[in-house]
Amino acid sequence: MDLASRAEPNARDGSSANSPWHHRHGVWNRPLTVPSLVACPDCDFLQRIPEVPTGAAVRCRQCGKGLWRHKTDSLNRTLALSIAALALFVIANSVPMLGVNAVGRESFTTVAGGTQQLWQDGEKIVAVLVFFAAILSPALQIGLLLLITLGCGRPRPPFWVGVLLRHVQFFRTWSMIEVMLLGVLVALTKIAEIATIIPGLALFSLFGLVMLLAAMDSCFDPREVWERIEWANHKPHPVATAPEVQP
Amino acid sequence: MEHGLQSCHTCGLLSHPAPGAQTGYCPRCDEELHFRKPESLQRTVAFLIAAMACYVPANLLPVMSSTSAAGTESDTILQGVVLLWSPTGWPLSLIVVIASIMIPSAKIAAMLYLVLTVKRGAPRNNAQRVKLYRMVEFIGRWSMVDVFVDTFTVALIQLQPLMVVEPGPGLLFFAAVVVLTMLAVESFDPRLLWDANSPESTVAQVQPQHA
Ligand SMILES: [Zn+2]
Ligand SMILES: [Zn+2]
Repeated sequence: MDLASRAEPNARDGSSANSPWHHRHGVWNRPLTVPSLVACPDCDFLQRIPEVPTGAAVRCRQCGKGLWRHKTDSLNRTLALSIAALALFVIANSVPMLGVNAVGRESFTTVAGGTQQLWQDGEKIVAVLVFFAAILSPALQIGLLLLITLGCGRPRPPFWVGVLLRHVQFFRTWSMIEVMLLGVLVALTKIAEIATIIPGLALFSLFGLVMLLAAMDSCFDPREVWERIEWANHKPHPVATAPEVQP
Repeated sequence: MEHGLQSCHTCGLLSHPAPGAQTGYCPRCDEELHFRKPESLQRTVAFLIAAMACYVPANLLPVMSSTSAAGTESDTILQGVVLLWSPTGWPLSLIVVIASIMIPSAKIAAMLYLVLTVKRGAPRNNAQRVKLYRMVEFIGRWSMVDVFVDTFTVALIQLQPLMVVEPGPGLLFFAAVVVLTMLAVESFDPRLLWDANSPESTVAQVQPQHA
């Protein structure tokens, strides 16, 4: 197959081909000379990612996993959306989210106030979990993407951009603003039967934030960043330097 | 894997593995590389067993208790759903039933099924099984909804001396079920579903191409 024959010349792509690159704990793996060749993360099927027009998606041939979507102006849009998301996030966490009024008594809460009350009531582990899923993870998800897109503004994005990008997926998994918003709505319906609800500005900011986070996610193309950043082994990009040896 | 190449879990870069028993690192993102997630099945099973152990107290113990002039009343998740069931509130209580009761149990069952099929080396339905895995992965976070419902009910109903709501011991177990099942899904390697088809393609037989 063509793919295999293209991958082979890697063994001769330089004088250091037989001496491994030493990593502080082991060795660095040797990359292929064909960067478009990937193995599906869900089924390990080896395939080449074709160049597709913007907006088009590439799916795994064997299992249908979405491998890549060519996004329009990914970095600039992600940057703009993450700045807007950061602004809404700050608002959503600094003003009251909800209040209730029952027989002349009022009580207000913010997102952080919810975790604080749990902590005071002795449910410290759950309080930490709620804080992590509703405040810390979204903050880091937004902050990391902002730094990544800023770092990518340079002609050769530095390696720390990759260090940040490694952690984005983790915080994305545990950032649960949209789940929290549903939880708030259920709680509201429950409480509305016994007290009057006073919706706060933060509640509306959270609605906007959920939209922005979804848009940010669908605009961001990690593959584009990985293709541009400086490599961990500090070697020049293999595609840029390796001569294509034709047998 | 059958081509003797390692794919980076983090950045997707495909590379030739380090020679011998040395640990290989991704030259692009510095991640430690493996052919498969290490001890994937053992970790998944461990998280699932822990989740099942927490599932019982999560459903039997009260997640909230409210104190008012009429006395103290404690509610489990199911009782909370019944309370919410009204002509206007039923769509929301349906959400809670699905997110808090059906999703966690379906998730545990689905993950057990996937682990079992990998252990037995079932030869069929790979595409369906990987779709099941993706569905479990996508839907799992929503069972967290009840934790947030309780958090904000507790935070809002602090109307001393009229009515005060406090979290109950079931909340911790319920949150543990959600987190443990999410960790089980994270530690499962979906590529194992396809390996079962070709048991001969084990790591030991893979030869690094550039050696
Ligand atoms: Zn696939
Ligand atoms: Zn990598």
